[in-house]
Amino acid sequence: MTDAARPHQTFNWLADIPEYHGLWSWVSSIDHKQIGIMYILSALGFFLAGLTLALIMRIQLMVPMNHFVSQDAYNQIFTMHGTTMVFLVGMPLLFGFAVYLTPLMIGARDMAFPRLNAMGFWIFFFGALLLYFSFVGGGAPAAGWFSYAPLTEKGFLSNPGIDYWALSLLVMGIGSVATGINLITTVLTLRAPGMSLQRVPLFVWMILTTGILVALSLPALNAAIVMILFDRLLNTHFFSPAHGGSAILWQNYFWFFGHPEVYILILPGFGVVTEVIPVFSRKTLYGASFMAASTVAIGFLSFGVWMHHMFTTGLGFWTLYIFALSSLLIAVPTGVKVWTWLATMWGGSLRFTTAMLFATAFIIQFTIGGLSGVIQAVIPLDWQLTDSYFIVAHIHYVLLGGMLFAMISGIYYWYPKVTGRMLSERIGKWHFWLMVLGFNGTFLVMHLLGAFGMPRRVWTYPYGMPMVSAMNFFSTLSAFVLAFSIGLFFWNMAYSFIKGKIAGDNPWDAWTLEWACSSPPPPENFDRLPPVRSRRPLWDLTHPPEDSGRKPGGQL
Amino acid sequence: MKDRVTVGMLLFVASEAVFFLMLVLAYVNFHKQTGETAASVLDPIKTGVFTVALLSSSFTMWLAEKAREKESNSVAMWLGATIILGGIFIVGQGLEYAHLVMDKITISRDLFGSTFFTLTGFHGLHVLIGLVLLLLLLGLSVFGRKHEPTNIGMQSIAIYWHFVDAVWIVVFSTVYLWRYV
Ligand code: HEM
Repeated sequence: MTDAARPHQTFNWLADIPEYHGLWSWVSSIDHKQIGIMYILSALGFFLAGLTLALIMRIQLMVPMNHFVSQDAYNQIFTMHGTTMVFLVGMPLLFGFAVYLTPLMIGARDMAFPRLNAMGFWIFFFGALLLYFSFVGGGAPAAGWFSYAPLTEKGFLSNPGIDYWALSLLVMGIGSVATGINLITTVLTLRAPGMSLQRVPLFVWMILTTGILVALSLPALNAAIVMILFDRLLNTHFFSPAHGGSAILWQNYFWFFGHPEVYILILPGFGVVTEVIPVFSRKTLYGASFMAASTVAIGFLSFGVWMHHMFTTGLGFWTLYIFALSSLLIAVPTGVKVWTWLATMWGGSLRFTTAMLFATAFIIQFTIGGLSGVIQAVIPLDWQLTDSYFIVAHIHYVLLGGMLFAMISGIYYWYPKVTGRMLSERIGKWHFWLMVLGFNGTFLVMHLLGAFGMPRRVWTYPYGMPMVSAMNFFSTLSAFVLAFSIGLFFWNMAYSFIKGKIAGDNPWDAWTLEWACSSPPPPENFDRLPPVRSRRPLWDLTHPPEDSGRKPGGQL
Repeated sequence: MKDRVTVGMLLFVASEAVFFLMLVLAYVNFHKQTGETAASVLDPIKTGVFTVALLSSSFTMWLAEKAREKESNSVAMWLGATIILGGIFIVGQGLEYAHLVMDKITISRDLFGSTFFTLTGFHGLHVLIGLVLLLLLLGLSVFGRKHEPTNIGMQSIAIYWHFVDAVWIVVFSTVYLWRYV
């Protein structure tokens, strides 16, 4: 699109748009782009908090019998770290990407319910502050990120930490359900003319599935949290075995939510990678319909595997058997995805920009995380490895090496669209290699630590275990490399915002609709839309329908 | 299905269904311990009468919807009837609660109290919210402009109201009628 074709003034820097000037324009905004940016910025802010907590843990574990923090503080710190990373980083990051990109990708003016969208963000934001307020309000929660009963009953943890945890998650849960519903409705009702569900970018498919998982699994958590709050505040007895209540009930509830939750966290990352890889391979996605179908399959199956988090609670033989099978089964559609990405890269003319590097590392690391997951679906192994550092390694390969790497790839890819400036590729390459080094250094050894028998959530370990000490020391050193690379990343974002090269509408030569408007997009998104005849509308613009004999858009 | 308000409301109802499913499952999970108390303190006949009021309110709501579609002026009448029937149900629930509390059966007494009051309490809360929404519709149909309340507004709130009724059928069957099976 040339500038002449646009009646409105166009901008090439986010800070130039007059509608976005001043704090008030952000606080009162119902523009999905501003809300998306605020989600991502808060997520990054809370990521720094979660990272700080992680470093404190790693310092404490660096040498045996360390006294950097007290035992009690350590419990609070790992609980807050896990809760922060899952609910205050993972969720807002994916909602940020989703509400920013979905309307642009389907050619809509805004979300289906813009005010509800703003409400979702602010509810999240204040819920998150509430969680952190616990540090000064009488002590942070200390029962782990899944807060198992009966430890959470008042008789065991009487300080208000768990109340903060529960209230904050309840508030954020309500906001998430609202945003999930909003996203589904947007995709179902606001697509541009010609944009059939078969033609929406695969990222949008992933967001649609995520939205459904959010809308159907978070209410289960909300209900369970209401019960735990009642237990603590109104003296009910749901989860208190002393009064006939059931602690296992909480586990069932939590994991009925919790397992879909991990797919909620990872699917948008899949979506990002699925957009990035074809663009930098200069090829259409291989087997796009397989990709969409396997997403839906994962979404469906994820509701049927929750008991694999409870293999050690004394389930009957058939329960064990069925849930082990379903857990192995869910590896199949996930494998289909990995295969699809690799086949897309195969034979393409690859451009290893920083975004592409992160996407590639994502595939490898996520596969490692997936494999250690399959190992645990095999019950005898799970009985051996449960609650050890093997699990910590698994969590981080999936969430950090997987989800977060994918999201960082997405930030490198879409930062030019959002701000109008390119991120520095030079700093980006340093960031990437240091992060890969730091991440694998920190967590690869944890597999071994777990197999050697180091339990998770321990505050310290005794002298005289040479391998354990050495590996922990190594892991801590690597964690600092990892933290340094994150510092570079933040520096890159700040520096490039002022000094970065001007991006232009479509710096990567990409095909989806968001690249059809200027960078940054004007508040009203599109003046007019290019016609949508395939999954790659921008490719069609430069390749008129005559040569559509070998149409690259690929119909589903 | 192209209308976003209706789609949004259907999705909201689906998520609420999961929420209530969890509360019902909690009740069912403890039924072995609480079934006897339930049989001895609850009165299915009295509550059954109020249940009939709530269920007929779904019918009047449906009539109100139809009236709105046909642009007939009986909308306000049927909405009013729905509100009265819903109100009767809430009053009935209030009386029942008062009675139970007088018998020292409270939310913190035992598992029956915990599960019963949480489940029926959340349902009652939803009825109350529904009544507020219906009052808004009634206000619009009496004082609003000609096209108000809109067809879509009516429809989406009707979806919610029918949902609240459907939940009650499940709750009533599990809590009050279980002893008969
Ligand atoms: C950035 C560097 C990170 C480091 C150095 C780190 C380190 C750690 C360590 C050492 C533990 C184990 C605590 C224990 O069991 O004693 C842990 C737990 C955990 N981490 Fe991380 N982590 C990092 C990032 C992340 C990210 C990005 C996520 C998720 C998005 C995450 C999610 C979790 C979860 C869910 C737990 C379990 C908490 C619990 O046991 O309740 N971490 N982390």
